[in-house]
Amino acid sequence: MQKVLSLFAFMTIGILAFAGVEVGDLAPDFKLKNIDGKMVSLSDYKDVKGVIVIFTCNHCPYAVLYEDRIVALNSKLKGLGFPVVAINPNDASKYPDDNFEGMVKRAKDKGFNFPYLHDESQAIAKAYGATRTPHAFLLTRGNSGKFSVAYIGAIDNDTENTNPDKTKYVENAVTAINSGKKPDPASTKAIGCTIKWKQ
Amino acid sequence: MQQCMLGLLLLFGFGQALLAQNVEILTFEQLQARMANQKQELVVYNFWATWCKPCVEEMPAFEKLALDYQTKGVAVVFVSIDFKSKHAKVVEFVGQKKLKSEVVLLNAPDYNAWIDKVSPKWSGAIPATLVVKKTGKVSKFHEGSFTYEELVNFIKPLLE
Repeated sequence: MQKVLSLFAFMTIGILAFAGVEVGDLAPDFKLKNIDGKMVSLSDYKDVKGVIVIFTCNHCPYAVLYEDRIVALNSKLKGLGFPVVAINPNDASKYPDDNFEGMVKRAKDKGFNFPYLHDESQAIAKAYGATRTPHAFLLTRGNSGKFSVAYIGAIDNDTENTNPDKTKYVENAVTAINSGKKPDPASTKAIGCTIKWKQ
Repeated sequence: MQQCMLGLLLLFGFGQALLAQNVEILTFEQLQARMANQKQELVVYNFWATWCKPCVEEMPAFEKLALDYQTKGVAVVFVSIDFKSKHAKVVEFVGQKKLKSEVVLLNAPDYNAWIDKVSPKWSGAIPATLVVKKTGKVSKFHEGSFTYEELVNFIKPLLE
């Protein structure tokens, strides 16, 4: 019986880990290596209203198209209490550009003004249910110090960056939260590169 | 002689033009209308982009499927989600790869407006594949890559 129960528990955990988070869920904590070699945790962020976690990478053209916009997002929203934390979850064995050295170089070349963390085991991408790059998760910090998920999806609705009237989903979500409202939409979809999972 | 050469050149040029696809640009509504009015028994719509390595890698499996299952009324349509501004690049790619299945370019940059209409199961990552039966009412969706065997196993239940 115990065996059956533990098997059931194992399966449940497995399913939960794979399903990822939904809007309203608690955000999984992480402790990952930053490009400066230091470890960064979600729980390190104490004097913030929230954190913008963005799964991204070096090689994906759609992620590359968003790099300057992510830098601008951090410049604008960090001061409003919402700093950016970027995480690269890709398996570098198939895409060498996505290795740690590549991350250090890319961050330097593009002037990243936010931590760029390496999710080498891919456990954090799985815990969040990230599927593509770029894939944003806007988290809010509760009074208990725990973070919960307020928005999941695209950064805006104009990947090519040619539409001056684009809808800036993440920015709008932060504005909504800062005025005591819930983000609307709370989740969006966008075309992106599949996260390169280890096989 | 000169005229003959010119004629040959023209013929050659015309032949090349026939071989290369022009890659029609469609809105999402136009793509949906095609799905609703398709003539073939089963159409496999593969969402891809020239820059997407796993997409390009799985293309031969789709080309083989189109060839092997042609008599059963199966066709493949490669739906490029490259930007409209990259149309020439898509045409060039299609020519280089000598793709025989039809290739269209989906010009629908507001992704969130239509991804769920392809399938609520789709997160937006590519490659992704939607199989639609002639009636337009039965469909099957997969996000991720396919081998030839996986693809055959995926469509077979819809042919029965």
